[in-house]
Amino acid sequence: MTVSNPQLDVNGELTHLLTVEGLPREIILRILDTAHSFLSVGEREIKKVPLLRGKAIFNLFFEASTRTRTTFEIAAKRLSADVINLNVGTSSQSKGETLLDTVANLSAMHADMFVVRHSQSGAAHLIARHVAPYIHVINAGDGRHAHPTQGLLDMFTIRHYKKEFSALRVAIVGDVLHSRVARSQIHALTTLGVPEVRVIGPRTLLPSNVSELGVHVYHDMTTGLKDVDVVIMLRLQNERMNGALLPSAQEFFKYYGLTPEKLANAKRDAIVMHPGPMNRGIEIESSVADGRQSVILPQVTFGIAVRMAVMSILAGNA
Amino acid sequence: MNKSLPDAEDLLARLAERMRANVTPDTALIGIHTGGVWLAQRLHKALALKQPLGTIDVSFYRDDYGSRGLHPKVRPSDIPFEVVDADIVLVDDVLYTGRTIRAAMNELFDYGRPQSIRLAALIDRGGRQLPIAAQFIGAEFSVPDTEQIELRKSDEGRLSLVLTRQGAR
Amino acid sequence: MKIQIKGGRVVDPASGADKVQDVFVAAGRIVALGAEPGAFHANRVIDAAGLVVCPGLVDLSARLREPGYEYKATLESEMAAAVAGGVTSLVCPPDTDPPLDEPGLVEMLKHRARSLNQAHVYPLGALTQGLKGERITEMAELLDAGCIAFSQADVPLSDNLVLLRAMQYATTFGYPVWLRPRDAALSRDGVAHDGQVATRLGLAPIPVIAETAALSTILLLVRETGAKVHLCRLSSADGVDMVRQAKALGINVTCDVSANQVHLSEMDIGYFDSNCHLVPPLRSIRDRDAVRRGVQDGTVDAICSDHTPVDEDAKQLPFGESEAGATGLELLLALTLKWADEAGIALPAALARITSAPARILGIRAGSLASGAGADLCVFDPQVRWKVEPAMLKSQGKNTPFAGYEMSGKVRFTLVEGHVVYEA
Repeated sequence: MTVSNPQLDVNGELTHLLTVEGLPREIILRILDTAHSFLSVGEREIKKVPLLRGKAIFNLFFEASTRTRTTFEIAAKRLSADVINLNVGTSSQSKGETLLDTVANLSAMHADMFVVRHSQSGAAHLIARHVAPYIHVINAGDGRHAHPTQGLLDMFTIRHYKKEFSALRVAIVGDVLHSRVARSQIHALTTLGVPEVRVIGPRTLLPSNVSELGVHVYHDMTTGLKDVDVVIMLRLQNERMNGALLPSAQEFFKYYGLTPEKLANAKRDAIVMHPGPMNRGIEIESSVADGRQSVILPQVTFGIAVRMAVMSILAGNA
Repeated sequence: MNKSLPDAEDLLARLAERMRANVTPDTALIGIHTGGVWLAQRLHKALALKQPLGTIDVSFYRDDYGSRGLHPKVRPSDIPFEVVDADIVLVDDVLYTGRTIRAAMNELFDYGRPQSIRLAALIDRGGRQLPIAAQFIGAEFSVPDTEQIELRKSDEGRLSLVLTRQGAR
Repeated sequence: MKIQIKGGRVVDPASGADKVQDVFVAAGRIVALGAEPGAFHANRVIDAAGLVVCPGLVDLSARLREPGYEYKATLESEMAAAVAGGVTSLVCPPDTDPPLDEPGLVEMLKHRARSLNQAHVYPLGALTQGLKGERITEMAELLDAGCIAFSQADVPLSDNLVLLRAMQYATTFGYPVWLRPRDAALSRDGVAHDGQVATRLGLAPIPVIAETAALSTILLLVRETGAKVHLCRLSSADGVDMVRQAKALGINVTCDVSANQVHLSEMDIGYFDSNCHLVPPLRSIRDRDAVRRGVQDGTVDAICSDHTPVDEDAKQLPFGESEAGATGLELLLALTLKWADEAGIALPAALARITSAPARILGIRAGSLASGAGADLCVFDPQVRWKVEPAMLKSQGKNTPFAGYEMSGKVRFTLVEGHVVYEA
């Protein structure tokens, strides 16, 4: 049976960040506003505030990732927290310890917060259901399901350059089927009231029910990018060629890779985003990735501020 | 007997006069959100200071984060001048327990080591819980712990003080 | 032991009888209904006032987990669960460890089950050795050991030539083949129905065509071979439609659905509730409604529990890694009554789906209350409300998607061969 939103405590305050889906608009905006204040912290000499001093944040990465783990680590340290990194593949998990046993052992070491990345959808929800009440869980990516901090930092980026959500056209291009980032972005965009969200890709890379998420489906990039304000390119994994989903990276690039010619269909001041890491020449041509419309590098800076905001809001809620 | 609150505009003028002889054009003003920023903007103009105005939000340095969580509305701090070796005056609307000033000073020191920090407050209501004092005061005025003194700004920019009922800060 | 069951509402779906009367049991048989046979002298009188007396339930799929999976459940606990659920005959799928492809294993299972003196156990023999889908099993030997039909359990048989040959071989002797329509490639890696929930939650999808593509192959092979086939665990609107059409064309098949499929849909997965990780997956509300209509109009012949006890550890994993299955022996009756109540079905017609119809599919003399029949009976209170509390279940499997549900109808007495084997 379904239960109440597991991310919110009895007072309706955020106690875990597991997915953007079902997150009230006010909470999303609060995270973005708070992140704005953390940006200036990164620009001064001492890039730290004492907010999470004495708190222990455990990075539980069951799926390897240097980039995401590093930004969470930087964010936690800028909040003066103690950070412990666990690449669980190499430790007790591989000795057959269950996911929940690992979490229970770590909780006994006085963890205050878990940042979890796992290859299975729903892993963060499972952990959140079983931790002690004072421990907060942040989902750093679970299978294909969600990557909420990425979705939020992408919204922060859009707001930074476009100011208002209410009149935008946003296009998400590429492998939506396998993308937790895309799902989080779609939920965030629709919650924030973006009137037109488009997904562009071949039929094999779009989920069969994707329009039920509130998006318009395009298979042709030229029409799909027409008059768009924000272009979000998704990463294409090599494995997709093996599953009979695509013939080759070259053909994908020909029809769905972002080149200056295809980008010209969008508005002149459209911004280009990518969650990283980029496959140059597969999703995106270098001239666009490094070009004047690309905001890919600022996304990384914004990501630290957004993660600081999420951690400090969570840690402050009992 | 209900004492009536002094007029904020009068106090502001008095505060400016008290500060005039004790600041130089290089003195840097930093207003503490939100009331302190309004005051600092007016003082900055009245005292014709050269250094651009700074604003500070102490949400990330408060000592009650553990019990009350993060403030629901956090604003960015903006200090557009070099803090190292600066002669700084912090501006706040109501000086009470002293905890906000303690937080502001801790935050300032994360920007650098100033030459000096002084404090200007429109109202000193007593009730200090830390050894903090203001160098420049508009007036002393105390109210019971169950009440709060708030600075308000009208749409035309006129400042006024009001009393509200709240739990002790 | 002579027993008089007094004043109950006796419902016999096979004959259509539905009246308040007494039932007289002696020497393992029903000796009379209604008037007391002369000088009966019952050893025991069961007061069934306000209760329903019906044939013991016949469950077409209940995993007992022996041999091989004793850490999930044992014969003792699951047989106790069966009679607590009013089930007096059950069919056990061949996916034990090792699979039931050796006569010795089947004999041992039957022997163990018989010694418990509870429900009758009818094992399904493996259709292919090791369920691997390559070589057919010694069906005649397995039948002699006690198997009533042959099945691949949930393991898809990808080689259509092997499937064809297995069906032809079985037809030679008139052995029934029980098949779950499941295309191996289309369902590979999938864990949830390819619908809006799997899309939102990022769960690997199993499209409806994984069922219907395999189903159409099976139906064509049935027409080709004349094999006696029972289709297990339909889950989709399209699947039910195909069976309806096949039956209309005179193709001789029967089919069942699990009680889970009658009530639940993909929406019940909620926030990744692994108790809703089932095989076949819970499909859309439209599919569920079509399954219900199919049960109502008889396209679907029987409802089974698909009882699959899973140990706690195997459920406390992320959805996709968790083991599929739900405990169900103790819920089959209440879930059937719940469906009947919601769909406005009369009690005899509803009970037919879990008594006379499955008995007919099995070809056993059970599921009926005629005078002279074996005394396998279920006596239940149709009114009593109770809440499903996993810890209170007799099955070792506490994994149910119905935890916390309010149900109506609880078994008070279960009799097998004239003995009271369960009493609440």
